Amino acid sequence: MSTAHVLLGLLAGGPRHGYDLKRAHDERLPQAKPLAYGQVYSTLGRLERDGFVEQSGQEQEGGPERTAYTLTDSGRERLAQWLTEIEPPAPYVTSTLFAKVVVALLAADADRARDYLAAQRSAHMTRLRELTAVKSAPGATVGDVVAADYAIGHLDADLRWLQTTLARVADLQKEVTA
Amino acid sequence: MTAPLLTGTGITKDYGATPALRGVDLSVAEGEIVAVTGPSGCGKSTLLHCLAGILRADHGSVVFRDQNIGMWSEAARSRLRRSEFGVLFQFGQMVPELTAAENVALPLLLAGSGRREAREAALAWLDRFGVADVADQMPGAMSGGQQQRCAVARAMVTRPRVLFADEPTGALDQLNGEQVMQAIVRAVREEGTAVVLVTHEAPVAAYADREIVLRDGAVDPTGLGVGAP
Ligand SMILES: Nc1ncnc2c1ncn2[C@@H]1O[C@H](COP(=O)(O)OP(=O)(O)OP(=O)(O)O)[C@@H](O)[C@H]1O
Ligand SMILES: [Mg+2]
Repeated sequence: MSTAHVLLGLLAGGPRHGYDLKRAHDERLPQAKPLAYGQVYSTLGRLERDGFVEQSGQEQEGGPERTAYTLTDSGRERLAQWLTEIEPPAPYVTSTLFAKVVVALLAADADRARDYLAAQRSAHMTRLRELTAVKSAPGATVGDVVAADYAIGHLDADLRWLQTTLARVADLQKEVTA
Repeated sequence: MTAPLLTGTGITKDYGATPALRGVDLSVAEGEIVAVTGPSGCGKSTLLHCLAGILRADHGSVVFRDQNIGMWSEAARSRLRRSEFGVLFQFGQMVPELTAAENVALPLLLAGSGRREAREAALAWLDRFGVADVADQMPGAMSGGQQQRCAVARAMVTRPRVLFADEPTGALDQLNGEQVMQAIVRAVREEGTAVVLVTHEAPVAAYADREIVLRDGAVDPTGLGVGAP
């Protein structure tokens, strides 16, 4: 995930300081990993160095001094460009789930692979229930629903794969141990 | 944990030489949503029909509130389905010659309600499922999603204690399916209705409090529903 571009996007509406950016990030991208302050400031530092943002004043309201950042023209251009770039569909199959099944067959046997698949399914179902509760909650925002939908779709894809792979474990074992 | 409202014990059912259920146990508590999942042909619909008293199990018992309904006459079981049980079938829901409102009012009329009262309740339930606008249309003039919402309204209009739902979103696209599921769950939570929810889709099963996975007519403790070949 490109935190830098998300920060540029959050600055598109006007100057904000670091704390504000962190809050806006966590609110607009619910269910995402909350942004750490350290990461906000280190990312802003890099964006400033590259000329995409600049400091636009200090603010001191009783609390500690806070620096506001603003988007530069070059930052605005960079952001516009990012929005037109297509994210390439993953060119490699990199899944720990898949690797674990193959390694279970190499290092142990089909039962080990099946036990793993069953335990993984159960964990996925638990998470699916949690996310379904998140999006069904009375106060859920559209952002909550869209975020949960994304995760639910991916868990569902994994679950389908777990199920079909279970049916193929014996054949896969023959192949990897041949 | 409260005492179960509905308990199936050791249910078996054969269709001629085909064993569809081989000794299934399942219990549902008051207000609980239990998903029954598993691959096509594993016996989900057969189990739902046995629990709802539509089919009689070959062996085993189905106990609803301390009564073994498996022993009841056909007439007594169909009375139960017009009062305490609501059923949402996998295929063929609406009576094509009746409007949406008439379809939804039907279970109340069969249970002896007056016409006006039944129509008012039907309209209220259609409204709850967001299809008040098609009340006077025939099913043939409605979309699949609208028909399904009407079917849910019809299953809930008698305010049953148990709703039996067989693939309630099976024929719908994702967004519609999801809206129908959300509407069902909201309504049953408000009414305190228990649900037996048959589905082969994990995101639908995730609306349930608990899940039972069937495989070849028996409960699969691994939850995977697929056996070693
Ligand atoms: N009326 C019937 N006559 C003969 N066999 C039947 C009948 N109904 C179901 N079966 C068989 O009983 C088994 C269980 O069927 P059932 O309809 O309960 O499965 P299901 O899990 O609901 O499947 P699906 O997911 O496809 O709806 C299957 O082998 C099916 O072919
Ligand atoms: Mg079925």
